[in-house]
Amino acid sequence: MGLTLAEKIISRRLGETVRAEDIVVVPVDLLLAHEGTGPLALDRFSALERTRPATQTLFFSDHAAPAPRRELANVQKRLRTFAEEGGARFYPPGEGICHQIVAEQWARPGQIILGADSHTCTAGALAAFATGMGSTDIAVAMALGETWLRIPPTIRVEVEGPLPPMVMAKDVILHVIGLLGADGANYQALEFGGSTVAAMSVEERMTLCNMAVEAGAKTGLCASDEQTRQFLAERGRAEDYLPLAPDPDAVYERRVELHAPSLSPQVAFPHFVDNVRPVEEAGDVPIDQVFIGTCTNGRLSDLRMAAHILRGRQVHPGVRLLVCPASREVYLAALQEGWLQIFIEAGGLILPPGCGACVGVHQGILADGERCLSTQNRNFQGRMGNPEAEIYLASPATAAATAVRGRITDPREFL
Amino acid sequence: MERILRGKIWRFGDGISTDHIIPGRYYHLRGNLQALAEHALEDADPEFARSAQPGDFVVAGKNFGQGSSREHAALVLKERGIAAVIASSFARIFFRNAVNVGLMPIICDTGGFETGDEIEVDLVEGRVRNLTRNLERTFRPLPPVMRAILESGGLVPHVLRYGGFRWPDTP
Repeated sequence: MGLTLAEKIISRRLGETVRAEDIVVVPVDLLLAHEGTGPLALDRFSALERTRPATQTLFFSDHAAPAPRRELANVQKRLRTFAEEGGARFYPPGEGICHQIVAEQWARPGQIILGADSHTCTAGALAAFATGMGSTDIAVAMALGETWLRIPPTIRVEVEGPLPPMVMAKDVILHVIGLLGADGANYQALEFGGSTVAAMSVEERMTLCNMAVEAGAKTGLCASDEQTRQFLAERGRAEDYLPLAPDPDAVYERRVELHAPSLSPQVAFPHFVDNVRPVEEAGDVPIDQVFIGTCTNGRLSDLRMAAHILRGRQVHPGVRLLVCPASREVYLAALQEGWLQIFIEAGGLILPPGCGACVGVHQGILADGERCLSTQNRNFQGRMGNPEAEIYLASPATAAATAVRGRITDPREFL
Repeated sequence: MERILRGKIWRFGDGISTDHIIPGRYYHLRGNLQALAEHALEDADPEFARSAQPGDFVVAGKNFGQGSSREHAALVLKERGIAAVIASSFARIFFRNAVNVGLMPIICDTGGFETGDEIEVDLVEGRVRNLTRNLERTFRPLPPVMRAILESGGLVPHVLRYGGFRWPDTP
C-alpha cells in the first residue's frame, strides 16, 4: 500500500512509515510568524523559559508594513530586537509577504514547516509539508524543535488538460473550493496532480496550495519535479531540490477530477470563499475597488497577466486599482519587465509588498457599501476593514478586466 | 476543570470566521487582550460584545472559527470568561488554538438552540442539556493528546509540566 505525499514527507522525516490518522510528534524544520502573531509567540516562548529557538525561526513585518500606528511599530521593533539578539531572522517592511519569501528563500521539498499564519500551506507548492497554527504552537515548536500532528487523510485533486486562455490557477482552486465547500477538506490534506498541475509553474502551484486552507485543509501539496528544480535553481538553491511524489498506489480519502479545458474564470461572491460561480453567471456587479496582489496572486506571472490586459487601457473612472507585488523580488522583476509602468499609466496605484489591504489593517480599506474585487483568498465579512463592504474573489485576469470595465467582467472579452 | 458547567448561551450561525470573532481593524489591539476582547464577535452580534458574561457559552453552527490562525480569536473568548464553545463543527486551527489556550471546544449538533437558553454541560458524560427547550445532545471526548493539554490548562503549562508532549500512549 503506497503513501500519499503528506504521508511520505512525514514518514521520511521520522524515518518510519506513518499513515493517515496516526498521531505523531515530528521534528520541525522552519518556523514563521509575523507582527500579528509573533509577539504572542514571544510571550509564550518567554513563559516556556527559553531564550534561543531550537529551530530556524523567521519573523516578518508584512501585515502592517510600514507601520500605520504606534502600537504596530512597537510590535515590529520587538520582533526585530529578538532577531538582533540572535533568536531569529527578521524581515522588515518592504521585503514582502511571509509566504512568498519562504518560497523564494527557504522552503524545500521534504521539509516540515509551521507558521503562525493560516496560509503557511502555500509552501506545499514546493512539496514541503507546511501548515498554519496558532502562536502557542509556534512558541512550543521554537522551544522543543518539534510539534504533534495527526497525519491528515488526503483528498487527491486531479486536474487534466490545458487551461483555456485567461483561465488561471486561481480559477482552478476557486472551483475546487466551490465543489468541496469551506469545510470539505477539514483536517485533511489536498494533493494536487494531473497534467494541468504538472504543466504549472511553482508560482501557479503556490496559488493552488495557498487556498487549500479555504476548504479547511491542513495543507495543500504538489509533487516536486523539474519545475520545482528550476524555481530553486533560479534562486541559487539548486542543491535544495529533492524529487518527491506520492506513490501510484497511495490510498486517498477521496478523488476529485477536473477537466481544465472546460473551466471558466470563477468568482467567489460575498461573504464566503465557497460561494463560487462561473463569471458568466456573475450578473451585473459594479465594483469600486480592484486589488491585485497578496500571497495568493501577487507574483510575477499574476502581474504579467494583469498588465497584458491593462496595457494601453485605462482603469474605469469609478474604480480604484491597487496593485501590490508579493515581495521585493517580484517588485523588482515587475519593474524591470515594465508591468508596473503599465499599471501606473492605466491609473493604478502601487502598494509596497505586504498584506495590509487583504487583512483590513491599512492601505485599501473599503467604505460602507463598497464592493471590492480582489485576487486575495478570503472574502469574509469585515475582512478588508469594513463589515459594511463586500468582497469578490477572482483571478488577476478577471481583476484586470473588471478594473477596465468597472463591473465584474469576463477576461476572455480581452482575448 | 469543573465537571458540570451551567450557563446561558449566545447563538451564532454557520461559518463564523476569525474576521467575525476579532476583525483586522483591531489588529493594533492584539497586545492589549482586555481591550481587544471588548470587540469579540461584534460584527456577528453586537449585543454579545456588549453583554456577554463570564460563564456564558458560545453556540454556533458549522465550521466555527474558519480562516486565520490568529490565536486571539480563542483568547478573546477566554478573556470574556466563555465557559465553552459548542459548535456542530470547528475549523481546524481554531479548534487547536482553543485547546492550547485552555478554552473548551465541544462538537455536537446545535440545532434548536437559541440565544438566552440555559444549558448544562457534563464534561465527563459528554452531554449537553438545553434546560430551556428540554433538548439533550451528546458529544465525544477530545482525542487523548488534546485532553491532556486541556487538563494541564493549555499547551504552555502542559509543556512546562512535562517538558514536552505527554499523553497516554505518546508515540
